[in-house]
Amino acid sequence: MKADIKVALVGNPNTGKSTLFNTLTGLNQKIGNFPGVTVDKKTGLCTLPDGRTAEIIDLPGTYSLYPKSQDESIVFSVLADKANSHTPDLVVVILDATNLKRNLLLYTQVADLKIPVIVALNMIDLAKKSGIAIDIDLFSKKLGVPVVPISARKTEGIDKLKQAIAFANKVALQEASIDVEAIAPQLIAQISDELEIDNPYFALQLAHQHEIVKFLTPQQSDRIEELEHEFSFHSQKSQATETIARYNFINDLLYDTVKIPETAKDETISNKIDKILTHRVFGLFIFLAVLLFMFQSIFSWSAYPMEKIGDGFAWLQNYLHTVLPAGPLVGLVVDGVLGGLSGVMVFIPQIAILFAFISILEDTGYMSRVTFMMDKLMRKVGLNGKSVVPLIGGFACAVPSIMSTRTIENWKDRMITIMVTPLVTCSARLPIYVLLIGLVVPNKNVWWIFNLQGLALTGMYIFSLISAIVVAFAFKLILKGRERGYFIMELPVYRMPRWNNVAFSMYDRSKAFVLQAGKVIIAVSVILWVLASYGPGDRFTQIEKKYQQPRYAKQFSPDDLTRAINSEKLENSYAGTLGHFIEPVIKPLGFDWKIGIALITSFAAREVFVGTMATIYSVDGNADKIESVQNKMASAKNPQTGQPVFSLAVAFSLMMFYAFAMQCASTVAVVYRETKNWRWPAIQFAYMTVLAYAASFIAYHLLK
Amino acid sequence: MTLSELVPGEIGIVKEFTDLEMSVKLMEMGCLPGEPITISRVAPLGDPIAVKVSGYQLSLRKFEASTIILQ
Repeated sequence: MKADIKVALVGNPNTGKSTLFNTLTGLNQKIGNFPGVTVDKKTGLCTLPDGRTAEIIDLPGTYSLYPKSQDESIVFSVLADKANSHTPDLVVVILDATNLKRNLLLYTQVADLKIPVIVALNMIDLAKKSGIAIDIDLFSKKLGVPVVPISARKTEGIDKLKQAIAFANKVALQEASIDVEAIAPQLIAQISDELEIDNPYFALQLAHQHEIVKFLTPQQSDRIEELEHEFSFHSQKSQATETIARYNFINDLLYDTVKIPETAKDETISNKIDKILTHRVFGLFIFLAVLLFMFQSIFSWSAYPMEKIGDGFAWLQNYLHTVLPAGPLVGLVVDGVLGGLSGVMVFIPQIAILFAFISILEDTGYMSRVTFMMDKLMRKVGLNGKSVVPLIGGFACAVPSIMSTRTIENWKDRMITIMVTPLVTCSARLPIYVLLIGLVVPNKNVWWIFNLQGLALTGMYIFSLISAIVVAFAFKLILKGRERGYFIMELPVYRMPRWNNVAFSMYDRSKAFVLQAGKVIIAVSVILWVLASYGPGDRFTQIEKKYQQPRYAKQFSPDDLTRAINSEKLENSYAGTLGHFIEPVIKPLGFDWKIGIALITSFAAREVFVGTMATIYSVDGNADKIESVQNKMASAKNPQTGQPVFSLAVAFSLMMFYAFAMQCASTVAVVYRETKNWRWPAIQFAYMTVLAYAASFIAYHLLK
Repeated sequence: MTLSELVPGEIGIVKEFTDLEMSVKLMEMGCLPGEPITISRVAPLGDPIAVKVSGYQLSLRKFEASTIILQ
């Protein structure tokens, strides 16, 4: 559907912009990309009172048009690029009515770009409650734009806002705020002249941001650079002058239109909560308790739905096998594609629960307190307080966690966070650890309450965090910082989480996960399926012939015969050949060719391990039956020594390999997408493989 | 005197900044010359600090606080 009018939402962080976006568009949203950058473009459709449709674009929250992070840099580009398809006809600036001063800074910048503007005065209910009196009519008159008081949380004033959008002017009528030309008169005149720009503030912004925006030609950008030298333009000084001038304008405006009482009530409640949650001693314990509860919930609440999803796929696969004729194409679709899909889908419950927690922690304002508490510790190892969020998210999945590093302004901190996040034990490693620990660690209690297997699993989790921190420290010493980092951040007032936002975030992130990871996993599982189902030359027909001899039919039951055939086919398939080929390399780690196949297949995604093991040890039926795989693996004997294949040494060596190796194609893809350079995923892949090999080697030889 | 020398609870008035780049960011976030500023609390590990200015609570590292000169 084509929208009649394009509306951009702009505002400071924590002003209820996302809530307003969700209220205006409902579930009618889609996430795309802005051309050339990796920032998500959230758009949605909204029906206006006059029957027309408006396309709403949710721009990242920012304090000013001068970007400090990657996400923020998109705001000016979208507003200013007149030639692009996503350029808005109208901008709705959301202001927090409880604190207009700072919010108005961004408004005056946007207004000076001379795009038609409407002001949505959000949290008007909270402002009234704390006794702030705003003369809305006078405020609107002084700005020269429509001002609509709303409460996005309580969905009050939304109809009025929609009406204002419908009746909005096509030309910008706002009053000028400051004398922009006075900041850099000659430069602005020259740029306006040469680039044929009729707006002085647009010209000034281009002087600041010509290297960031995508719509200038390299010649234009170079020319602006030249002009800056000619008129000795200093970007930081100009920004400081402009900001001070804007605040002078804002102070005058607020003096006439807003009366603020001496004490604000809302703040003290927040302060009381902060006294407990960021307390010197309890603060860190509370954070640990929150984390423990989160992981406990992720694992226990997701167990049932994960089992059901796995069962559902197994049922579907069986059903399709019975109704469809057997053949290579059906095999590919049912076993290759559906099998791969089920591997992705079983993780949806964990991802959804993790993001429910993260969105609650962010929504309430607790996450910024965690960042505040952890910053010093994280900085010591070359990270940043803001790295805590992706590292915690890494326990579920590195893919969305690496995407969440965009909030880290400092380049070096962000790169180190991206580099170490995949080391954290993600949910795909869990089934492997459970399987291997179950094989070699006795299931008994020590010191009354601690289960030995549980301790081993907890140990793997703690080990992953320690290794991430050590590697981060190494990167801190190696990488050269390009820019200086700062940690000036808002600690928002504590609020109740908005449950529909939480629900939406669960839906949204699960969808993104399935689409992004799903594509890769399906592709790879198709390739693997082909490699495992076909062999070089006529080996497969030879095997079939061999088992057709009557002595096999007498010796084995039909089921056992199929299993024996499949197992021998696998050994002779391309995958099996590959396994034999790499056996010399992995022998020092205690692995045989069968484990070699699992290692190779796991480079697509770790969760493939259990499935591959199931196929290799010819377990019939559902590959997700961990118990039966475990039994088969436990009874597997080394043909030469007669000892069990999965000794303590081999199991721990394997776990070490999975702890370190970058066995996830989705993560490689997302690291490339976020860094826009193949060097980073390549370095990451290389260092993780080296670490994996070394750690496995050491573990095997220590425990042998 | 600078903001980093204030103890929690004490009030100062922002006068100027020693670091140009940081000053833009600080002003954009509401930390302006002439505004009263207080330290609300210190993080459990002693750094960063939380300050209250212009009705907002901001978190700054001690080093960043030392670039804010008080009246």
